[in-house]
Amino acid sequence: MKIPFIYTFRSLWTRKLTALMTISGVGLVVFVFAAVLMLAQGLKDTLVATGSPDNAILLRSSAESETLSSISRDAASLLETMPEVATGQDGKPLASKECVIIVNMNKKSTHSMGNVTVRGLSLAGLAMRPQIHLKEGRMYNPGSSELIVGNEIADRFEGAQLGGQVKFGGRMWTIVGIFDAGKTGFASEVMGDVDQVMQAFNRPVYSAMLFRMKSPSDFDGIKAKVGADPRLMDLTVKREQDFYEEQSKQLAMFIQILGMVITIIFSFGAMIGAMITMYAAVANRTVEIGTLRALGFKRYSVLAAFLIESLLISIIGGGAGLLIASLLEFASFSTLNWSSFTEIAFGFSLTPGIVLTTLIFSVVMGLVGGFLPSVRASRLDIISALRAS
Amino acid sequence: MAEPIVRVQNVSKVYRRDSLQIPVLQNLSLDVPEGEFLALMGPSGSGKTTLLNLIAGIDKPTQGSITIGGTDIATLSESALAGWRAQHVGFVFQFYNLLPVLTAFENVELPLLLTPLSKKERREHVETALGVVGLSDRMKHYPKQLSGGQEQRVAIARAIVTDPTLIVADEPTGDLDRKSAEEVLALMEQLNSEFKKTIIMVTHDPQAAAKAHKERHLDKGELK
Amino acid sequence: MKIIKLMFRNIFRHKLRAILTMLGVAVAVMAFGLLRTIIATWNSGSSNAAPDRLVTRDKASFVLSIPLADMQQIEHVPGVKEVSYMNWFGGVYIDQQHFFPRMACSTNIWDAYPEYVVPPDQLKAYNDDRHGCIIGRKLVEKYGFKIGDIIQLAGDIYPGQWQFVVRGIYTGNKPTIDETAMYFHWEYLNEYLEKNNPSHANNVGWYVVKIANPSNAAQVSAEVDGLFENSSAETKTETEKAFQAEFVAMYGAIITGLQIVSYVIIGIIFLVLANTMVMTARERIREYAVLKTLGFTTAHLATLIAGESLSIALLGGAIGIILTFPICAGFGKAFADFFPLMVMEPMTFILAGGLAVLVGILAAIFPIERVMNMKIIDGLRQVG
Repeated sequence: MKIPFIYTFRSLWTRKLTALMTISGVGLVVFVFAAVLMLAQGLKDTLVATGSPDNAILLRSSAESETLSSISRDAASLLETMPEVATGQDGKPLASKECVIIVNMNKKSTHSMGNVTVRGLSLAGLAMRPQIHLKEGRMYNPGSSELIVGNEIADRFEGAQLGGQVKFGGRMWTIVGIFDAGKTGFASEVMGDVDQVMQAFNRPVYSAMLFRMKSPSDFDGIKAKVGADPRLMDLTVKREQDFYEEQSKQLAMFIQILGMVITIIFSFGAMIGAMITMYAAVANRTVEIGTLRALGFKRYSVLAAFLIESLLISIIGGGAGLLIASLLEFASFSTLNWSSFTEIAFGFSLTPGIVLTTLIFSVVMGLVGGFLPSVRASRLDIISALRAS
Repeated sequence: MAEPIVRVQNVSKVYRRDSLQIPVLQNLSLDVPEGEFLALMGPSGSGKTTLLNLIAGIDKPTQGSITIGGTDIATLSESALAGWRAQHVGFVFQFYNLLPVLTAFENVELPLLLTPLSKKERREHVETALGVVGLSDRMKHYPKQLSGGQEQRVAIARAIVTDPTLIVADEPTGDLDRKSAEEVLALMEQLNSEFKKTIIMVTHDPQAAAKAHKERHLDKGELK
Repeated sequence: MKIIKLMFRNIFRHKLRAILTMLGVAVAVMAFGLLRTIIATWNSGSSNAAPDRLVTRDKASFVLSIPLADMQQIEHVPGVKEVSYMNWFGGVYIDQQHFFPRMACSTNIWDAYPEYVVPPDQLKAYNDDRHGCIIGRKLVEKYGFKIGDIIQLAGDIYPGQWQFVVRGIYTGNKPTIDETAMYFHWEYLNEYLEKNNPSHANNVGWYVVKIANPSNAAQVSAEVDGLFENSSAETKTETEKAFQAEFVAMYGAIITGLQIVSYVIIGIIFLVLANTMVMTARERIREYAVLKTLGFTTAHLATLIAGESLSIALLGGAIGIILTFPICAGFGKAFADFFPLMVMEPMTFILAGGLAVLVGILAAIFPIERVMNMKIIDGLRQVG
């Protein structure tokens, strides 16, 4: 015989304040749990979106990021001419020799300094990044000290608005356009003509070269060729998507581990809270339990009823926490990415997987917190239970 | 004749339940002379417990005055009333109401903590009180180690330890078996005849009432 | 306070509940301690900065180099005692996971950093060997390097295979000083550049400018920067503290996130404790009514309740503070590369203690309110 659910529900309702407090505790923990997962996912989304499966990058083997990499003009030209490189509409190889520099700009909100990526590239480079759409203003003129900036930069940094001027490399640059780059990391970059940038920063070599493969399956062949060619010693190619994913690994791992450590500690707190509440519930309803058992309900039904009560608390709390966490999707986060040493903006991303994981987490908390008290309830001796006051 | 120690005059008590007004006592008057052992009886809902609570100072009348030992307690503020209770009333409950975490000794000592007596003086009073109720050998026991009758006797010791003006008892034998009830009633009788304590007792039990010197009946808030 | 005895007995009336509550408080206080320590560690970089050291670097980006030629001009600025310089070498030792700072520096760098202690004989051996390097004590502990060992690095910013001979080991003169870096001769780096990349030769990453009087810092900084205004490499000069603080600020978002979470913890502690106090008070309403009958006032009862709440909070808080130590140590070990040292500040513990007290008092509010509004006759009527 199953104890009717209404008993469980009404019992909770009678002790509203206590139930509310326990639910809130669970809710807070779940909120932190979901937020951390969403943040790590948001970072991943940004960096995966940053990259096309058709593109590959040529850079120095030991370089962790583009700014640490250097490739000579000769090496770049050599790769350009490989048959596996796709050709653009103009008949020229679809390859962009790029020079990546980090400059310091001041953040609007805190006036403190941030590291910003300045990418010198060719028009082919823009063509190979279809995520980039010019939103305001116009494209820079190759040959002039003009720049376009991603919307995250325009939003967050001083002087980075349309018409603004920034000074580096000994000259003034004018921002002539703002581009939209969706969720990708390019939204946090500043772009300009590669030759101008190289001149200004006195760089004789490129940082990296982005090129379009005729077919994504050509990648392994290209990689082998590059590895075997003595003129391309110390250089390697990576799929653009893989490259950016590697860039996010350290930061993502840090966020996940830190987040998990905190959440696990928190979850102990929440489970302890649930346990206290459930033990008290059992103690206060000893007579009821004795009565139910005297009426004929089995031990198992009593255990189930209390366990369900605990689950009810944790699921309601979990749902509430998740609901509030989902509001974070409107927030965005910007911090220094270790690997590239530049600022990257990303958001909180809620996926069905995260929703499921969070709900399971809530259920587990409810089960663990409520288990021992429920066992105690089911083990009560009928006579002494009825006599208790 | 001396002033009655308890003088209830034209007292009414109305309870408010949601928007309903329930009159429990109406225009009731009662005099209790010093040294009396009075039993208040009546059916359930007659208001006898309410009257007792008013006299003990744990509830306030809607109208009327209650003068005990010369003080109209109906006019006292909450905190003044608390202090008054500590000095003048000893309350015996149906369910003893001892604090489970305190020993018999410590339970009896409790009211004395509100007085300026020294630890030594308190000890003397407690030992005396426990001696009167015949439980000197159980001083260090916790309530759960005592039988119902013993618990009630400790409660009585607590009620008399401050030497109050008045002892008030609400169904003192209601939860006891026959034998324990007799012991408790005998004790109360002794408190009245030997120690000259004024006792007002609410009870259902005719045997308990028989031990009292006077009986008054309450019905629907009226004294008969 | 004679009712203290009653208060203490009441705390452990329900042993399991008391222990669970204290545990809940302890866990939350420990998490608070961990978070605060992480934040303090992050911020601690700038606490080792010396007030008489300035950093001069390229204004546009500290990733860019500035000319060695600037040094003479800087030396002549009034107030400047000595100028040394460094280049961030980077490079890879074995693989990306084995990270530690590696820098090429001028010979007089050790004067600028007296907190790095090198035995004089080792310093001499280092100065005599062009390929020599001096490494921090923690590197010795981690990799087992000895004097005379060869360290091989694969360059990235400066490509090629590089070899260095360990000639000295430095230790910090305070426990908070970083001991994980490797320093070698700038001349070695420059030689390579003059041969293979002449346009990049004779440049430094940044200058460390030692000044005579710390109170002149702003003035000297402005003067140095004035020298190179409108040149092709404009400089930015600031105190070392400001320089390091800028790095920390880049992680501002994460630090803010951690701070927010540490406040969330306060909420959790409060809920666990308040929950227990409310339940406990509810069960004891009849006893409170009896005490009131005996003549105890609401103030007495409030003291009892608040005292119980406070005691549980303090006991739980103390356990939590004690647990903070091992958990910070464990965390530091797991993230040894990022947090070579976990800075446990006294302030963290003071805050944690204060937190426990605050929550202990606040958690008593609900039950005290209930007792305040309770009518004696209603309380007496309550069953359990």
